[in-house]
Amino acid sequence: MVRRRFSFGLVSRLSSPIYGRSPCSGGIWTPCLGQKRSFMTAKDLVESEEPEKKVTNRINMFSAINQALHTVLDSDPKSYVFGEDVGFGGVFRCTTALRDKFGRHRVFNTPLCEQAIVGFGIGLASMGNRAIAEIQFADYIFPALDQIVNEAAKYRYRSGNLFNCGGLTVRAPYGAVGHGGHYHSQSPEAFFCHVPGIKVVIPRSPSQAKGLLLASIRDPNPVVFFEPKWLYRLAVEEVPVDDYTLPLSSAEVMRKGSDITLVGWGAQLAIMEEACDEVSKLGISCELIDLRTLIPWDKELVEDSVNKTGRLLAPVTGGFGAEIAASITNSCFLRLQAPVSRVCGLDTPFPLVFEPFYMPTKNKIVDAIKASVNF
Amino acid sequence: MVLGRSFEDMCAQMYYRGKMFGFVHLYNGQEAVSTGFIKLLKQTDFVTSTYRDHVHALSKGVPARQVMAELFGKSTGCCRGQGGSMHMFSAEHGLLGGFAFIGEGIPVAVGAAFTSKYKREVLKEEGDMPVSIAFFGDGTANNGQFFECLNMAQLWKLPVIFVVENNLWAIGMSHYRSTSDPEIWKKGPAFGMASAHVDGMDVLKVREVAKEAVERARRGDGPTLIECETYRFRGHSLADPDELRAPAEKAHYAARDPIVALKKYLLDNEIATEAELKSIEKKIDEVVEDAVEFADASPLPGRSQLLENVFADPKGFGIGPDGRYRCEDPGFTAGTAQV
Repeated sequence: MVRRRFSFGLVSRLSSPIYGRSPCSGGIWTPCLGQKRSFMTAKDLVESEEPEKKVTNRINMFSAINQALHTVLDSDPKSYVFGEDVGFGGVFRCTTALRDKFGRHRVFNTPLCEQAIVGFGIGLASMGNRAIAEIQFADYIFPALDQIVNEAAKYRYRSGNLFNCGGLTVRAPYGAVGHGGHYHSQSPEAFFCHVPGIKVVIPRSPSQAKGLLLASIRDPNPVVFFEPKWLYRLAVEEVPVDDYTLPLSSAEVMRKGSDITLVGWGAQLAIMEEACDEVSKLGISCELIDLRTLIPWDKELVEDSVNKTGRLLAPVTGGFGAEIAASITNSCFLRLQAPVSRVCGLDTPFPLVFEPFYMPTKNKIVDAIKASVNF
Repeated sequence: MVLGRSFEDMCAQMYYRGKMFGFVHLYNGQEAVSTGFIKLLKQTDFVTSTYRDHVHALSKGVPARQVMAELFGKSTGCCRGQGGSMHMFSAEHGLLGGFAFIGEGIPVAVGAAFTSKYKREVLKEEGDMPVSIAFFGDGTANNGQFFECLNMAQLWKLPVIFVVENNLWAIGMSHYRSTSDPEIWKKGPAFGMASAHVDGMDVLKVREVAKEAVERARRGDGPTLIECETYRFRGHSLADPDELRAPAEKAHYAARDPIVALKKYLLDNEIATEAELKSIEKKIDEVVEDAVEFADASPLPGRSQLLENVFADPKGFGIGPDGRYRCEDPGFTAGTAQV
């Protein structure tokens, strides 16, 4: 497992954000945190094994994803990017300049039909192409759920390896963004984690996003790649300019600790890091793991960690946390010193005005860590 | 129409002042469609809409105060602040909802139409057959749900009217570049359904076509598909910089502004005087101002509302074993809400 030195710069989300049109957003609305802003600056969390001098650029997540897509379309003439509004760059600008560079026959808009977008992508992939389908918001992925679960996941299996749709990658922005409401904030990754045959990958930062996306596209299995939309502009990092991949099904230890293991993915890790910082003042040492690939997930690394610490706080985005909790309880039962706990959103549909109360905030995580440690 | 326009302009102002938030989609330019159709309906008729639903709500009779309060997320809004801009509902006025997801409202309208027909024909209830209208856009006309519903509605001859507000753009996708046959009204006859194409910038023409469709539905002769050629003057939403549409196209449609056109018609045919029109506008301004003040002064919903209405029985979820709402539990504010 390659562990890299990286730096994390992102704007912390505190209570009562001040909403407004950010002047730097280039027209796309972003939550403007106004005076209550605080930056988490460069954090060198893990020592790198190979002290290579990589040329890097300081860019945000959508630019990193854009670079990855440019790289793929450059290197493989049979790769295609399609979805709603990808032509002009996409509503999150992830596909900027692709159409101009590679042409309308490789980067094209589809009509508004998610089921057909993914189904068509499966067809393309089964013919040996790399189909990169974009679903505009993960909340809209449900019409395509049938195609992903019933077709993409089973394609290789049911044809006895005569055909496969490994070239399919479905990208979707997911997660809360502060003002999204019911249908622009959902985190549906758990639905896909119960389907054998596909992989689910979620990056936490721009450099991770580029590497994981390149790995996902090149992986010979269909991958659903969720991008935390909250981090598209807010997460800024030094990202290597060259073509690199990060391994799938390999979790990463972001912070070493000895009292409790926290497992998470995507945007939530930033909040978890804040919680870890806060409890470290109380002398609780947290080990923070980024799962990166949700299925198939890196069980060994998490088990090793729990065997070391004896406590587990499983994913804060709920759903898939159940699988992790069950698995760890099974394998590390005698070592556990406290029940596995989960901190997630509440059991209601994603609310509109009540989002600050719904979200698994830093305080909720801190409380859960303390409860687990003091069990 | 004037109410719709003033209201939407005020929405934009309030949004940029930070009073409302989220994704807001304004209806400027398309008012003729809403007015033309919905003003023919009774309170017992049904309307389903899209995320661009403020003016549909206003046309259907939902008070401007309630709509504005809903946009501000206040508890006096039509959905008690739960829905927001894209989810206006009103049981009293038969507004079955704005829907954030495209095409989701069409099957709902078809279901409501089935109920109307059933109540009248099987249960022999008195009164006019309530009609349902489903509003949606050109992008939705490429979606599977649309076709499935056209088939069902015509098969069972349901009193539903499908109104396509073709404003030529689905965020950044031009209708002509995403549809094999851009003439949407032609999709009706493929299902054996009566259909029409109308200039959606002219409220009187829309009303004519709408009348025929509503009468057909009330008689029990089945559904109609109507394509209204219209245009939105603003971007897709208040976050959309609207860079993709050609200025020439925008200018062309701005010249066909439905409100300006109707004004001209009224003045030319001496149906109303300048003074009367001005007094209407003044009254509308007062209504909108009053709506904003009301919404501003209204309280935010209590935190207990977060857990309400997930299921039918609040005790099954929202109320804890001690008989109080779970979110009144002190642990809630501390952060460890175990729900």
